Amino acid sequence: MSLVLKNVRLPLAHFVLEIDATMSARVTAIFGPSGAGKTSLLELIAGLRRPTSGSIHLSGTTLADFNTRSFVAPQNRAVGYVPQDGALFPHLSVRKNLRYGFDTRHARPAGLSFEHIVDVLEISPLIDRAIVTLSGGEKQRVALGRALLAAPKLLLLDEPLASLDAALKERLVPYLLRIRDEFTIPMIYVTHSPDEVVALCDDALILRSGKMEKRGRPVDLFEVSETPRYRLRD
Amino acid sequence: MSSEVWQITWFTVAVAAGSTLLILPGGIALAWLLARRDWPGKSVIETLVALPLVIPPVATGLILLKLFGRRGAVGGFLENTLGWQVVFSWRGVVLATAIMSFPLLVRTARVAFESVNPRLENVARTLGSGPWRVFTSITLPLAARGIAAGAVLAFARSLGEFGATIMVAGFIPGETATLSLSIYHLVQLGRDAEAFTLLGVSLVIAFSAVWVSERFVRRHAT
Repeated sequence: MSLVLKNVRLPLAHFVLEIDATMSARVTAIFGPSGAGKTSLLELIAGLRRPTSGSIHLSGTTLADFNTRSFVAPQNRAVGYVPQDGALFPHLSVRKNLRYGFDTRHARPAGLSFEHIVDVLEISPLIDRAIVTLSGGEKQRVALGRALLAAPKLLLLDEPLASLDAALKERLVPYLLRIRDEFTIPMIYVTHSPDEVVALCDDALILRSGKMEKRGRPVDLFEVSETPRYRLRD
Repeated sequence: MSSEVWQITWFTVAVAAGSTLLILPGGIALAWLLARRDWPGKSVIETLVALPLVIPPVATGLILLKLFGRRGAVGGFLENTLGWQVVFSWRGVVLATAIMSFPLLVRTARVAFESVNPRLENVARTLGSGPWRVFTSITLPLAARGIAAGAVLAFARSLGEFGATIMVAGFIPGETATLSLSIYHLVQLGRDAEAFTLLGVSLVIAFSAVWVSERFVRRHAT
């Protein structure tokens, strides 16, 4: 898989998001402070926003091209998206949330069976619960499972651990590592935590005020610190 | 209660229910468009929809009378094509109550749609759902309580409608006589005891409708 963003531009409130990059790692981090344009970048890739110039291609398929006015709608992109709070559907049970994208998908790749995903993310005890009864960590696991069950070609994770306390983060990281290692679905992982970038990602893109400031392997971009354990090198 | 009171009560409730059902599809569609889309002329439509709330009901009735009368643009067309006489008939009552209650439904349903987190709809799209499935499986169920509250408010408004109805439908016993028109008519004739009976019936129905609506709104808010 390779995601290509060619001279993509999107005006935001205080700056213009401008990205020219190719992403082909298992997990690519988009790292930057709040308000750097990280979520807007994910929304461009998911098809929830249209670029005002440039083009976006996924594994050779054009998802958006300003010049030719072509645009693939989000429902036809097979790009999964997990927002920060999971955005689970509150009026549906855990089971119905999980089945939401699963029931309509056309292809059912091996390894992405309902039972297997439920097993990997240890969702079985939650399956008939109402969303309001779930803890923050449980909600994120269900949101991850729901996105995976829709069989995406690319999975976008928008600060999936940001709203959790330190203990819950520690418990959720192994699930993310298992998804990374077990499934062949590439991920783009938005975060402002250096520790998460080093723990989970193979490639990192540093975003500041809508521009790519640095690009490289996490071990090259970050150095050991104290709290947090890693920090961006000068 | 006498058979006449029963007839008036039944007619009033039937008209209120009918006009509410009549405005429901259009009201929901317009509320969604106002809540979720930007389009040319949106503010004009917003203002037009709110007008019956702020101009005197008899003025609204007069506009309807001119439009739907036999010589009116719409009334003439309906009579010539479908054979429907709208003014001074039960259809006129339904029309007047529908127009007067439409803003309440649209405003309440719009707030209900606006309270649905757009991120839920966006995520549903990334899970493979087209616009119609997103609307029916996410937006509508999450806004349902607010829409129901709006429908009950519209129903309650229809029950008490007077000014526009008297202009469009007049007071014809057995044909256009609603509770509010009948109360006014009885008081004019000095038959206060009968008027108070109808007042009691009106209070019971209106109280029940508003109580149900408040319950919907409160549950929607929690």
